[in-house]
Amino acid sequence: MTEVRAEMVANVWQVVASEGDSVADGDTLVILESMKMEIPVMAEGAGTVTKLAVAEGDVVQEGDLIAVIE
Amino acid sequence: MIESVLVANRGEIARRVIRTARQMGIRAIAVYSEADGGLPYVREADEAVLIGAAPAARSYLDARAVLGAARHTGAAAIHPGYGFLAENAEFAAEVIDAGLTWVGPPPAAIEQVGDKINARNFMEQAGVPVAVGSREPVTDVAAAIAEARRIGYPVMIKAAAGGGGIGMSATANEAELRAGFETARSRAERFFGNADILLERFIERARHVEVQILGLNDSRVLALGERDCSVQRRHQKIAEETPSPGVTPELRARMLAAAIRAGEAVGYRGAGTVECLVDPERQDFVFLEMNARIQVEHPITEMVTGIDLVEQQLLIAGGGDVSFAPSSVRNAGHAVELRVYAEDPRRFLPSPGVITEWAEPSGPGVRVDAGYESGNEVTPFYDPLLAKLCVHGASRAEALRRARAAVDDFRISGPRTNLEFHAELLDSDEFASGRYDTSVVARLRS
Repeated sequence: MTEVRAEMVANVWQVVASEGDSVADGDTLVILESMKMEIPVMAEGAGTVTKLAVAEGDVVQEGDLIAVIE
Repeated sequence: MIESVLVANRGEIARRVIRTARQMGIRAIAVYSEADGGLPYVREADEAVLIGAAPAARSYLDARAVLGAARHTGAAAIHPGYGFLAENAEFAAEVIDAGLTWVGPPPAAIEQVGDKINARNFMEQAGVPVAVGSREPVTDVAAAIAEARRIGYPVMIKAAAGGGGIGMSATANEAELRAGFETARSRAERFFGNADILLERFIERARHVEVQILGLNDSRVLALGERDCSVQRRHQKIAEETPSPGVTPELRARMLAAAIRAGEAVGYRGAGTVECLVDPERQDFVFLEMNARIQVEHPITEMVTGIDLVEQQLLIAGGGDVSFAPSSVRNAGHAVELRVYAEDPRRFLPSPGVITEWAEPSGPGVRVDAGYESGNEVTPFYDPLLAKLCVHGASRAEALRRARAAVDDFRISGPRTNLEFHAELLDSDEFASGRYDTSVVARLRS
Protein backbone atom coordinates (compact mmCIF):
# COMPACT_ATOMS: atom_id res chain seq x y z
CA MET A 1 0.00 0.00 0.00
CA THR A 2 1.45 3.38 -0.99
CA GLU A 3 0.33 6.72 0.35
CA VAL A 4 0.87 9.50 -2.19
CA ARG A 5 1.46 12.79 -0.39
CA ALA A 6 1.92 16.42 -1.46
CA GLU A 7 5.54 17.56 -1.65
CA MET A 8 4.71 21.24 -1.21
CA VAL A 9 1.90 23.65 -0.50
CA ALA A 10 -0.18 23.86 -3.67
CA ASN A 11 -3.66 24.13 -5.14
CA VAL A 12 -5.34 21.03 -6.56
CA TRP A 13 -5.99 22.04 -10.15
CA GLN A 14 -7.19 18.83 -11.78
CA VAL A 15 -8.12 15.42 -10.40
CA VAL A 16 -7.26 13.01 -13.19
CA ALA A 17 -7.68 9.57 -11.62
CA SER A 18 -10.76 8.27 -9.77
CA GLU A 19 -11.24 5.89 -6.88
CA GLY A 20 -11.30 2.36 -8.25
CA ASP A 21 -9.08 3.10 -11.26
CA SER A 22 -6.21 0.78 -12.15
CA VAL A 23 -3.06 2.80 -12.60
CA ALA A 24 0.38 2.03 -13.99
CA ASP A 25 3.71 3.39 -12.85
CA GLY A 26 3.94 7.02 -14.00
CA ASP A 27 0.22 7.61 -14.53
CA THR A 28 -0.91 11.06 -13.47
CA LEU A 29 -3.23 11.02 -10.45
CA VAL A 30 -3.78 14.74 -9.92
CA ILE A 31 -2.24 17.96 -11.24
CA LEU A 32 -1.32 20.51 -8.62
CA GLU A 33 -0.68 24.15 -9.31
CA SER A 34 1.70 26.30 -7.31
CA MET A 35 2.87 29.77 -8.22
CA LYS A 36 1.56 29.48 -11.75
CA MET A 37 3.35 26.20 -12.35
CA GLU A 38 1.61 22.88 -13.02
CA ILE A 39 2.96 19.95 -11.07
CA PRO A 40 1.68 16.48 -12.01
CA VAL A 41 1.54 13.97 -9.15
CA MET A 42 2.14 10.50 -10.48
CA ALA A 43 1.71 6.94 -9.33
CA GLU A 44 5.02 5.30 -8.40
CA GLY A 45 4.04 1.78 -9.19
CA ALA A 46 1.08 -0.14 -10.56
CA GLY A 47 -2.06 -0.74 -8.51
CA THR A 48 -5.60 0.38 -7.80
CA VAL A 49 -6.55 3.78 -6.45
CA THR A 50 -8.37 2.83 -3.25
CA LYS A 51 -8.66 6.36 -1.95
CA LEU A 52 -8.59 9.81 -3.53
CA ALA A 53 -8.33 12.34 -0.72
CA VAL A 54 -8.54 15.64 -2.60
CA ALA A 55 -10.98 17.55 -4.79
CA GLU A 56 -10.39 20.22 -7.39
CA GLY A 57 -9.92 23.58 -5.70
CA ASP A 58 -8.52 22.19 -2.45
CA VAL A 59 -5.33 23.66 -1.01
CA VAL A 60 -2.90 20.98 0.17
CA GLN A 61 -0.10 21.47 2.66
CA GLU A 62 3.24 19.68 2.44
CA GLY A 63 2.66 16.09 3.56
CA ASP A 64 -1.11 16.05 3.03
CA LEU A 65 -2.51 12.79 1.69
CA ILE A 66 -3.49 12.87 -1.98
CA ALA A 67 -4.24 9.23 -2.75
CA VAL A 68 -3.74 5.66 -1.60
CA ILE A 69 -2.69 3.01 -4.11
CA GLU A 70 -2.85 -0.70 -3.35
CA MET B 1 -1.29 66.14 -10.77
CA ILE B 2 -3.22 63.14 -9.47
CA GLU B 3 -4.38 63.52 -5.85
CA SER B 4 -4.52 59.82 -4.94
CA VAL B 5 -3.87 56.45 -6.57
CA LEU B 6 -5.08 52.95 -5.76
CA VAL B 7 -2.47 50.34 -6.68
CA ALA B 8 -4.35 47.31 -8.04
CA ASN B 9 -1.56 44.85 -7.36
CA ARG B 10 0.52 43.25 -4.62
CA GLY B 11 4.04 42.42 -3.47
CA GLU B 12 7.09 44.20 -4.82
CA ILE B 13 5.42 46.23 -7.56
CA ALA B 14 2.71 47.53 -5.26
CA ARG B 15 5.41 48.57 -2.81
CA ARG B 16 7.40 50.19 -5.63
CA VAL B 17 4.45 52.26 -6.93
CA ILE B 18 3.38 53.27 -3.42
CA ARG B 19 6.90 54.49 -2.67
CA THR B 20 7.07 56.85 -5.66
CA ALA B 21 3.46 58.00 -5.28
CA ARG B 22 4.08 59.02 -1.67
CA GLN B 23 7.33 60.75 -2.63
CA MET B 24 5.29 62.81 -5.09
CA GLY B 25 2.77 63.72 -2.38
CA ILE B 26 0.10 61.47 -3.90
CA ARG B 27 -2.07 59.56 -1.41
CA ALA B 28 -1.42 55.85 -1.98
CA ILE B 29 -4.08 53.18 -1.44
CA ALA B 30 -3.24 49.48 -1.30
CA VAL B 31 -5.51 46.50 -1.82
CA TYR B 32 -4.73 43.08 -0.41
CA SER B 33 -6.09 39.55 -0.28
CA GLU B 34 -6.51 37.40 2.82
CA ALA B 35 -3.07 35.91 2.11
CA ASP B 36 -1.20 39.22 1.90
CA GLY B 37 -2.22 41.23 4.97
CA GLY B 38 1.24 40.96 6.51
CA LEU B 39 3.24 42.12 3.50
CA PRO B 40 5.16 45.40 3.84
CA TYR B 41 3.34 47.20 1.01
CA VAL B 42 0.08 47.05 2.97
CA ARG B 43 1.37 49.01 5.93
CA GLU B 44 3.45 51.39 3.77
CA ALA B 45 0.38 52.65 1.92
CA ASP B 46 -1.63 55.54 3.36
CA GLU B 47 -4.69 53.31 3.38
CA ALA B 48 -5.27 49.61 2.69
CA VAL B 49 -8.43 47.72 1.75
CA LEU B 50 -9.02 43.97 2.07
CA ILE B 51 -10.59 42.94 -1.22
CA GLY B 52 -11.07 39.19 -1.08
CA ALA B 53 -9.83 35.66 -0.60
CA ALA B 54 -6.35 34.50 -1.55
CA PRO B 55 -7.01 33.12 -5.06
CA ALA B 56 -6.30 35.95 -7.51
CA ALA B 57 -9.66 35.50 -9.24
CA ARG B 58 -11.34 36.39 -5.94
CA SER B 59 -9.17 39.40 -5.15
CA TYR B 60 -6.59 41.04 -7.44
CA LEU B 61 -8.43 39.97 -10.61
CA ASP B 62 -11.84 40.93 -9.23
CA ALA B 63 -12.61 44.17 -11.06
CA ARG B 64 -15.76 44.75 -8.96
CA ALA B 65 -13.78 44.49 -5.74
CA VAL B 66 -10.98 46.74 -6.96
CA LEU B 67 -13.37 49.42 -8.24
CA GLY B 68 -15.36 49.12 -5.02
CA ALA B 69 -12.21 49.78 -3.01
CA ALA B 70 -11.45 52.82 -5.19
CA ARG B 71 -14.95 54.22 -4.62
CA HIS B 72 -14.80 53.51 -0.90
CA THR B 73 -11.47 55.33 -0.46
CA GLY B 74 -12.12 58.13 -2.92
CA ALA B 75 -9.12 57.16 -5.05
CA ALA B 76 -8.69 59.48 -8.03
CA ALA B 77 -6.64 57.03 -10.09
CA ILE B 78 -5.78 53.36 -10.45
CA HIS B 79 -2.29 52.02 -11.21
CA PRO B 80 -2.49 48.36 -12.27
CA GLY B 81 1.18 47.38 -11.91
CA TYR B 82 2.00 44.37 -14.14
CA GLY B 83 0.08 41.13 -14.64
CA PHE B 84 -3.42 40.84 -13.09
CA LEU B 85 -5.61 43.56 -14.67
CA ALA B 86 -2.77 45.64 -16.17
CA GLU B 87 -3.44 44.63 -19.77
CA ASN B 88 -7.19 44.18 -19.46
CA ALA B 89 -8.65 46.76 -21.87
CA GLU B 90 -12.14 46.22 -20.51
CA PHE B 91 -11.03 47.01 -16.97
CA ALA B 92 -9.13 50.10 -18.17
CA ALA B 93 -12.32 51.31 -19.87
CA GLU B 94 -14.36 50.64 -16.70
CA VAL B 95 -11.90 52.68 -14.64
CA ILE B 96 -12.22 55.58 -17.05
CA ASP B 97 -16.02 55.25 -17.22
CA ALA B 98 -16.08 55.43 -13.43
CA GLY B 99 -14.50 58.86 -13.69
CA LEU B 100 -11.09 57.73 -12.46
CA THR B 101 -7.71 58.25 -14.09
CA TRP B 102 -6.20 55.08 -15.58
CA VAL B 103 -2.42 55.01 -15.15
CA GLY B 104 -1.66 53.32 -18.42
CA PRO B 105 -2.21 53.59 -22.18
CA PRO B 106 -5.67 54.13 -23.70
CA PRO B 107 -7.88 50.99 -23.74
CA ALA B 108 -7.77 51.00 -27.54
CA ALA B 109 -3.97 50.73 -27.50
CA ILE B 110 -4.09 47.93 -24.91
CA GLU B 111 -6.52 46.03 -27.11
CA GLN B 112 -4.52 46.68 -30.26
CA VAL B 113 -1.37 45.08 -28.89
CA GLY B 114 -2.90 42.66 -26.37
CA ASP B 115 -3.59 40.03 -28.97
CA LYS B 116 -0.24 38.85 -30.30
CA ILE B 117 -1.53 37.94 -33.74
CA ASN B 118 -3.20 41.29 -34.22
CA ALA B 119 -0.15 43.10 -32.87
CA ARG B 120 2.16 41.31 -35.32
CA ASN B 121 -0.04 42.15 -38.30
CA PHE B 122 -0.45 45.73 -37.15
CA MET B 123 3.27 46.28 -36.59
CA GLU B 124 4.12 44.75 -39.93
CA GLN B 125 1.88 47.32 -41.57
CA ALA B 126 3.60 50.06 -39.58
CA GLY B 127 6.93 49.07 -41.07
CA VAL B 128 8.29 47.20 -38.05
CA PRO B 129 10.01 43.88 -38.93
CA VAL B 130 8.12 40.84 -37.57
CA ALA B 131 8.89 37.12 -37.30
CA VAL B 132 7.37 34.78 -39.87
CA GLY B 133 4.21 33.47 -38.25
CA SER B 134 0.42 33.11 -38.12
CA ARG B 135 -1.78 35.89 -39.38
CA GLU B 136 -4.85 34.24 -37.85
CA PRO B 137 -5.44 32.10 -34.77
CA VAL B 138 -4.68 28.43 -35.30
CA THR B 139 -7.73 26.52 -34.12
CA ASP B 140 -6.88 22.83 -34.45
CA VAL B 141 -4.02 20.45 -34.94
CA ALA B 142 -4.62 20.07 -38.69
CA ALA B 143 -4.46 23.84 -39.18
CA ALA B 144 -1.37 23.98 -36.97
CA ILE B 145 0.42 21.39 -39.07
CA ALA B 146 -0.44 23.15 -42.32
CA GLU B 147 0.69 26.48 -40.87
CA ALA B 148 3.93 24.98 -39.55
CA ARG B 149 4.71 23.59 -43.00
CA ARG B 150 4.28 27.08 -44.41
CA ILE B 151 6.43 28.73 -41.73
CA GLY B 152 9.12 26.07 -41.57
CA TYR B 153 10.44 24.26 -38.49
CA PRO B 154 11.48 24.83 -35.81
CA VAL B 155 8.21 26.45 -34.77
CA MET B 156 7.21 28.14 -31.49
CA ILE B 157 3.66 27.55 -30.21
CA LYS B 158 2.27 30.52 -28.26
CA ALA B 159 -0.97 31.62 -26.65
CA ALA B 160 -2.22 34.63 -28.64
CA ALA B 161 -3.63 36.24 -25.50
CA GLY B 162 -0.77 35.11 -23.34
CA GLY B 163 2.07 36.47 -21.29
CA GLY B 164 4.62 35.46 -18.68
CA GLY B 165 5.97 32.73 -20.93
CA ILE B 166 3.01 30.54 -20.10
CA GLY B 167 1.76 28.14 -22.78
CA MET B 168 4.84 28.47 -25.00
CA SER B 169 6.77 25.59 -26.43
CA ALA B 170 9.28 25.11 -29.23
CA THR B 171 8.72 22.21 -31.62
CA ALA B 172 11.32 20.82 -33.98
CA ASN B 173 9.05 18.73 -36.18
CA GLU B 174 5.49 17.65 -36.86
CA ALA B 175 5.47 14.95 -34.18
CA GLU B 176 6.44 17.46 -31.50
CA LEU B 177 3.88 19.94 -32.81
CA ARG B 178 1.12 17.33 -32.56
CA ALA B 179 2.19 16.47 -29.04
CA GLY B 180 2.45 20.09 -27.85
CA PHE B 181 -0.57 21.66 -29.50
CA GLU B 182 -3.38 20.49 -27.23
CA THR B 183 -1.39 21.22 -24.07
CA ALA B 184 -0.79 24.76 -25.32
CA ARG B 185 -4.49 25.26 -26.04
CA SER B 186 -5.63 24.03 -22.64
CA ARG B 187 -3.01 26.16 -20.87
CA ALA B 188 -4.08 29.19 -22.89
CA GLU B 189 -7.70 28.60 -21.93
CA ARG B 190 -6.80 27.99 -18.30
CA PHE B 191 -4.52 30.99 -17.76
CA PHE B 192 -5.86 33.58 -20.19
CA GLY B 193 -9.46 32.51 -20.82
CA ASN B 194 -8.67 32.37 -24.54
CA ALA B 195 -7.60 29.23 -26.41
CA ASP B 196 -6.28 31.06 -29.53
CA ILE B 197 -2.87 29.84 -30.59
CA LEU B 198 -0.30 31.34 -32.91
CA LEU B 199 2.77 29.76 -34.43
CA GLU B 200 6.01 31.59 -35.14
CA ARG B 201 9.28 30.57 -36.70
CA PHE B 202 11.65 29.82 -33.86
CA ILE B 203 14.99 31.61 -34.10
CA GLU B 204 17.76 29.38 -32.75
CA ARG B 205 20.13 30.97 -30.24
CA ALA B 206 18.15 34.22 -30.30
CA ARG B 207 18.53 36.95 -27.74
CA HIS B 208 15.44 38.45 -26.20
CA VAL B 209 15.97 42.21 -26.30
CA GLU B 210 13.27 44.73 -25.45
CA VAL B 211 13.00 48.51 -25.69
CA GLN B 212 11.52 50.77 -23.01
CA ILE B 213 9.27 53.41 -24.50
CA LEU B 214 7.45 56.35 -22.97
CA GLY B 215 4.47 57.92 -24.77
CA LEU B 216 4.14 61.61 -23.86
CA ASN B 217 0.98 63.68 -23.78
CA ASP B 218 2.14 65.72 -26.78
CA SER B 219 2.14 62.44 -28.79
CA ARG B 220 5.90 62.07 -28.89
CA VAL B 221 7.20 58.60 -28.14
CA LEU B 222 10.63 58.28 -26.53
CA ALA B 223 12.84 55.20 -26.48
CA LEU B 224 14.90 55.02 -23.28
CA GLY B 225 17.18 52.13 -24.14
CA GLU B 226 17.07 48.40 -24.46
CA ARG B 227 17.24 45.50 -21.99
CA ASP B 228 18.60 42.02 -22.67
CA CYS B 229 16.28 39.45 -21.08
CA SER B 230 17.71 36.25 -22.51
CA VAL B 231 18.31 34.51 -19.18
CA GLN B 232 15.09 32.52 -18.89
CA ARG B 233 13.71 29.28 -17.53
CA ARG B 234 10.36 27.91 -18.74
CA HIS B 235 10.28 30.93 -21.06
CA GLN B 236 10.18 33.24 -18.03
CA LYS B 237 12.85 35.84 -17.37
CA ILE B 238 15.16 35.41 -14.39
CA ALA B 239 17.83 38.00 -15.08
CA GLU B 240 18.08 41.09 -17.26
CA GLU B 241 20.74 43.66 -18.10
CA THR B 242 21.21 46.94 -19.89
CA PRO B 243 22.80 47.72 -22.25
CA SER B 244 22.59 44.39 -24.08
CA PRO B 245 26.08 42.99 -24.65
CA GLY B 246 24.76 41.38 -27.83
CA VAL B 247 23.67 44.56 -29.60
CA THR B 248 25.96 46.85 -31.60
CA PRO B 249 25.35 50.63 -31.58
CA GLU B 250 24.04 50.37 -35.13
CA LEU B 251 21.52 47.65 -34.28
CA ARG B 252 20.52 49.54 -31.14
CA ALA B 253 19.73 52.65 -33.19
CA ARG B 254 17.56 50.61 -35.57
CA MET B 255 15.70 48.88 -32.75
CA LEU B 256 15.02 52.07 -30.83
CA ALA B 257 13.74 53.75 -33.99
CA ALA B 258 11.45 50.79 -34.71
CA ALA B 259 10.16 50.83 -31.12
CA ILE B 260 9.29 54.51 -31.47
CA ARG B 261 7.44 53.75 -34.73
CA ALA B 262 5.58 50.95 -32.95
CA GLY B 263 4.54 53.26 -30.11
CA GLU B 264 3.45 56.00 -32.51
CA ALA B 265 1.46 53.50 -34.59
CA VAL B 266 -0.80 52.68 -31.62
CA GLY B 267 -0.93 56.20 -30.20
CA TYR B 268 0.84 55.00 -27.07
CA ARG B 269 0.76 56.92 -23.77
CA GLY B 270 2.76 56.14 -20.68
CA ALA B 271 5.33 53.43 -20.09
CA GLY B 272 5.44 50.44 -22.42
CA THR B 273 7.88 47.89 -23.75
CA VAL B 274 8.50 46.62 -27.26
CA GLU B 275 9.87 43.07 -27.10
CA CYS B 276 12.04 41.74 -29.93
CA LEU B 277 14.14 38.76 -30.82
CA VAL B 278 17.65 39.49 -32.01
CA ASP B 279 19.57 37.12 -34.26
CA PRO B 280 23.10 37.85 -32.98
CA GLU B 281 24.84 36.28 -35.97
CA ARG B 282 23.00 38.42 -38.48
CA GLN B 283 22.58 41.44 -36.16
CA ASP B 284 18.97 41.48 -37.19
CA PHE B 285 15.80 41.76 -35.13
CA VAL B 286 12.06 41.07 -35.31
CA PHE B 287 9.14 42.40 -33.30
CA LEU B 288 7.70 39.84 -30.91
CA GLU B 289 5.09 41.70 -28.92
CA MET B 290 4.36 44.93 -27.13
CA ASN B 291 3.61 45.07 -23.40
CA ALA B 292 1.26 47.93 -22.57
CA ARG B 293 2.37 48.32 -18.97
CA ILE B 294 5.38 48.77 -16.70
CA GLN B 295 7.64 45.67 -16.73
CA VAL B 296 9.16 43.76 -13.84
CA GLU B 297 12.68 44.66 -15.00
CA HIS B 298 12.09 48.41 -15.37
CA PRO B 299 14.55 49.30 -12.53
CA ILE B 300 17.64 48.63 -14.64
CA THR B 301 16.51 51.28 -17.13
CA GLU B 302 15.95 53.63 -14.21
CA MET B 303 19.45 52.98 -12.93
CA VAL B 304 21.21 53.84 -16.21
CA THR B 305 19.02 56.85 -17.09
CA GLY B 306 18.38 58.31 -13.65
CA ILE B 307 14.66 58.49 -14.54
CA ASP B 308 11.94 57.21 -12.19
CA LEU B 309 9.58 55.48 -14.62
CA VAL B 310 6.70 55.18 -12.16
CA GLU B 311 6.95 58.93 -11.57
CA GLN B 312 6.69 59.50 -15.34
CA GLN B 313 3.67 57.18 -15.50
CA LEU B 314 1.89 59.19 -12.82
CA LEU B 315 2.85 62.56 -14.39
CA ILE B 316 1.67 61.47 -17.85
CA ALA B 317 -1.56 60.03 -16.46
CA GLY B 318 -2.17 63.35 -14.73
CA GLY B 319 -2.05 65.08 -18.11
CA GLY B 320 1.29 66.76 -17.52
CA ASP B 321 4.84 66.74 -18.83
CA VAL B 322 7.52 64.28 -17.79
CA SER B 323 10.06 65.41 -15.21
CA PHE B 324 13.05 65.45 -17.56
CA ALA B 325 13.96 67.09 -20.86
CA PRO B 326 13.54 64.38 -23.51
CA SER B 327 16.61 65.50 -25.42
CA SER B 328 18.74 65.24 -22.28
CA VAL B 329 18.39 61.48 -21.73
CA ARG B 330 21.78 59.79 -21.38
CA ASN B 331 22.43 56.18 -20.50
CA ALA B 332 25.35 55.84 -18.10
CA GLY B 333 27.04 52.66 -16.92
CA HIS B 334 25.58 49.19 -16.79
CA ALA B 335 22.81 47.63 -14.72
CA VAL B 336 21.68 44.09 -14.06
CA GLU B 337 18.58 42.70 -12.33
CA LEU B 338 18.42 39.28 -10.72
CA ARG B 339 14.93 38.04 -9.93
CA VAL B 340 14.89 36.27 -6.58
CA TYR B 341 12.24 33.55 -6.82
CA ALA B 342 10.81 31.24 -4.16
CA GLU B 343 11.97 28.09 -5.93
CA ASP B 344 14.76 25.57 -5.61
CA PRO B 345 17.91 26.59 -7.46
CA ARG B 346 18.41 23.27 -9.25
CA ARG B 347 15.08 22.36 -10.80
CA PHE B 348 13.29 25.69 -10.29
CA LEU B 349 10.29 24.07 -8.64
CA PRO B 350 8.04 26.28 -6.47
CA SER B 351 8.91 26.50 -2.78
CA PRO B 352 6.21 28.27 -0.77
CA GLY B 353 6.57 28.71 3.01
CA VAL B 354 7.06 31.12 5.88
CA ILE B 355 10.10 33.40 5.67
CA THR B 356 12.14 33.02 8.85
CA GLU B 357 15.08 35.21 7.88
CA TRP B 358 15.34 38.09 5.44
CA ALA B 359 18.49 40.19 5.19
CA GLU B 360 19.01 42.36 2.09
CA PRO B 361 22.40 43.28 0.63
CA SER B 362 23.38 46.93 0.36
CA GLY B 363 26.30 49.01 -0.90
CA PRO B 364 27.24 51.19 -3.86
CA GLY B 365 25.01 50.56 -6.86
CA VAL B 366 22.78 48.06 -5.04
CA ARG B 367 18.99 48.40 -5.06
CA VAL B 368 16.57 45.79 -3.73
CA ASP B 369 12.86 45.96 -4.62
CA ALA B 370 11.38 43.44 -2.19
CA GLY B 371 7.80 42.29 -1.79
CA TYR B 372 8.34 40.36 1.42
CA GLU B 373 10.06 40.51 4.78
CA SER B 374 10.81 38.13 7.63
CA GLY B 375 7.66 36.59 9.07
CA ASN B 376 5.65 36.78 5.83
CA GLU B 377 4.21 33.64 4.31
CA VAL B 378 4.91 32.95 0.64
CA THR B 379 1.75 31.24 -0.58
CA PRO B 380 1.09 29.23 -3.75
CA PHE B 381 -1.51 31.62 -5.09
CA TYR B 382 0.75 34.07 -6.90
CA ASP B 383 3.95 34.08 -8.93
CA PRO B 384 7.16 33.15 -7.08
CA LEU B 385 8.86 36.57 -7.20
CA LEU B 386 10.21 37.53 -3.77
CA ALA B 387 12.45 40.44 -4.70
CA LYS B 388 14.46 42.06 -7.47
CA LEU B 389 18.16 42.50 -6.78
CA CYS B 390 19.26 45.35 -9.06
CA VAL B 391 22.88 46.42 -9.34
CA HIS B 392 24.54 49.29 -11.22
CA GLY B 393 28.19 49.83 -12.08
CA ALA B 394 30.26 52.12 -14.26
CA SER B 395 31.02 49.15 -16.50
CA ARG B 396 29.52 45.70 -17.05
CA ALA B 397 32.43 44.15 -15.17
CA GLU B 398 31.85 46.37 -12.16
CA ALA B 399 28.10 45.76 -12.19
CA LEU B 400 28.62 41.99 -12.28
CA ARG B 401 31.27 42.08 -9.52
CA ARG B 402 28.93 44.08 -7.30
CA ALA B 403 26.04 41.75 -8.15
CA ARG B 404 28.07 38.66 -7.25
CA ALA B 405 28.91 40.10 -3.82
CA ALA B 406 25.31 41.18 -3.27
CA VAL B 407 24.03 37.65 -4.01
CA ASP B 408 26.29 36.30 -1.25
CA ASP B 409 25.01 38.94 1.17
CA PHE B 410 21.31 38.30 0.50
CA ARG B 411 20.07 35.89 3.20
CA ILE B 412 16.61 34.40 2.95
CA SER B 413 15.51 31.39 5.01
CA GLY B 414 12.23 29.48 4.92
CA PRO B 415 11.27 28.99 1.28
CA ARG B 416 14.04 27.77 -0.98
CA THR B 417 15.30 30.50 -3.30
CA ASN B 418 17.22 30.67 -6.56
CA LEU B 419 20.02 32.81 -5.10
CA GLU B 420 22.44 29.91 -5.55
CA PHE B 421 21.48 29.77 -9.20
CA HIS B 422 22.25 33.47 -9.62
CA ALA B 423 25.70 32.87 -8.11
CA GLU B 424 26.20 30.09 -10.63
CA LEU B 425 25.01 32.31 -13.47
CA LEU B 426 27.36 35.14 -12.54
CA ASP B 427 30.25 32.68 -12.16
CA SER B 428 29.62 31.08 -15.55
CA ASP B 429 31.95 31.79 -18.46
CA GLU B 430 29.04 32.11 -20.82
CA PHE B 431 27.25 34.82 -18.90
CA ALA B 432 30.49 36.63 -17.99
CA SER B 433 31.47 36.78 -21.65
CA GLY B 434 28.21 38.51 -22.54
CA ARG B 435 27.84 36.14 -25.48
CA TYR B 436 24.75 34.22 -24.32
CA ASP B 437 21.28 33.60 -25.73
CA THR B 438 17.91 32.28 -24.58
CA SER B 439 19.24 28.74 -24.12
CA VAL B 440 21.90 29.74 -21.57
CA VAL B 441 19.97 28.36 -18.56
CA ALA B 442 19.38 25.03 -20.32
CA ARG B 443 23.13 24.77 -20.92
CA LEU B 444 23.93 25.53 -17.27
CA ARG B 445 21.52 22.76 -16.29
CA SER B 446 22.51 20.16 -18.85
